[in-house]
Amino acid sequence: MSLDRLLGQPLVVVNIGLELFASELAAEGATVVHVDWRPPAGDPRVAALLARLDD
Amino acid sequence: MSVVVRAVVRRSCYRDSLVLMRVAERLRERPGVREAAALMGTPANRAMLADAGLSTPEAGGAEPGDLILAVAADTDAVAEAALAAGQAILDAERRAPGPGERVAPRTLDAALRQMPGANLAAVSVPGPYARLVAQQALNRGLHVFLFSDNVPVEDEVALKRLALSRRLLCMGPDCGTAYLNGLGLGFANVVSRGRVGCVAASGTGLQAVVSRLAALGEGISHGIGVGGRDLSEPVCGAMTLFAIEALAAGPSTELIVLIGKPPAAGILPRVERALAAAGKPVIGCCLGAMPAGNGHVRWVDTLDAAAEAAAATLAGRAFEPRGFGDATAARERLARLGDGPARQGPALWGLYTGGTLAAEARLVLEPLLGPVATTLRGGSQTGHRVVDLGDDEFTVGRPHPMLDPEARAVRVREAGRAPEVGVLLLDLVLGRGVHPDPAGPLAAAVEDARRAARADGRRLAAVASVVGTERDPQGFRGQVARLEAAGVAVLPGSAQAARFAAAALRPDLAPAVLGSAG
Repeated sequence: MSLDRLLGQPLVVVNIGLELFASELAAEGATVVHVDWRPPAGDPRVAALLARLDD
Repeated sequence: MSVVVRAVVRRSCYRDSLVLMRVAERLRERPGVREAAALMGTPANRAMLADAGLSTPEAGGAEPGDLILAVAADTDAVAEAALAAGQAILDAERRAPGPGERVAPRTLDAALRQMPGANLAAVSVPGPYARLVAQQALNRGLHVFLFSDNVPVEDEVALKRLALSRRLLCMGPDCGTAYLNGLGLGFANVVSRGRVGCVAASGTGLQAVVSRLAALGEGISHGIGVGGRDLSEPVCGAMTLFAIEALAAGPSTELIVLIGKPPAAGILPRVERALAAAGKPVIGCCLGAMPAGNGHVRWVDTLDAAAEAAAATLAGRAFEPRGFGDATAARERLARLGDGPARQGPALWGLYTGGTLAAEARLVLEPLLGPVATTLRGGSQTGHRVVDLGDDEFTVGRPHPMLDPEARAVRVREAGRAPEVGVLLLDLVLGRGVHPDPAGPLAAAVEDARRAARADGRRLAAVASVVGTERDPQGFRGQVARLEAAGVAVLPGSAQAARFAAAALRPDLAPAVLGSAG
């Protein structure tokens, strides 16, 4: 969805990371789904390399 | 009495830094436990554990995907019981879903299958993983609010390029706060919807402006965070320009406030052109720079002035910047700070949780006191320092100090023991997402620091400003009252607090600082 359309629509949020933010958004009345995210196995530097291969 | 150190490692077990902080807090409360840590086994965290004297062979061998619980305790039995309790807390907190509850998705794609209409991803994973996660979200057509810090600038450039190619927002990295369509993201004060649209570098600058606007009776349409480096040379104002364009096009925004650091050379003219093309009144506050302007932007030099200028413009009034709201009251408070021992250290230490607030304080203080260092150690000959404890270097593997007030409380107590410190300057930031009672631990630390100084025959003054609204979960007045009960002089606004703190250190500055009463 382009920004022009977003500003004016209710937000529907995917939360990835701190679970606190998902509960805060839900408390505000937002539609939110929290991802039970875990880091990929191995060295964090590998994640940075993976990012360049994504999609 | 000897201290025993014990640790346990849970293989391939992940919890976010905030959950881990709470586990560690609960272990520290147990009788006989001297210190406790709960963290992921990254190299940086293992080094931190060793520094804290909590390393064991098991902990030393942990991998980044492993979770370490470590305690120092009076006896072996206390240590083992604490570790068992820690494991039980972790298990309880990750219970299986009950009947009718959905299993939380493990991936973004699984989340999108559950919620196909999603339009925004809020990303707060540790820095090394942020690009991967944000990139996946952008590639799936989601706008991104990127709270994560410790993200390399080249990753930021790549993410913003991708976002713009799809006309998506990438707010951040290191974006603490945003408001879209009335919804606050990250650390967000509770404010009403209204007609002011903000484009802001990262977090506390936006929080300070929207809170002040709320006190002046104005609400906000949107508050788009762009990240503290957006106006730097490599990022080239990518999201700032995009956000200005979006606010200009939207009918809900009647006036735009731009808040940030000074743009790199060459970027300011582009920003000013975009603001002029917006066709709406614009207030600009780039801390540390007062651009000459092209006539379309009213530039101001403090966050409070930005909010006040916005409110005045919307009310059709002329805006005149004021030094102090109530200089008489400030003078009286200053006089009261003089009670106690006559001896006072010569240095001012600012210990901040908000990066933009710290930057503003430094800009106010340097013309009054001379050079002000930005680090905890070393720095200027004057000994003055204003440190942003939310900066990347302090948040590797641990929560931001707005979530974890103890991170700053430790430094405040250190300042109380340092003979050179005469004035402590502090911020306190409220809002959703922030610690439920940040004033409590800060006030306790200030009380300890002032007691330590008094025992040493020194006077230690403490000055603060509080960013927040009465509707915030913590309650503005209660938090202010808690600080004042600990002897902290609470001033309205960060810039006023900095000026007042300078006068508290150097009474000879008081006429110049407080004399410009409005």
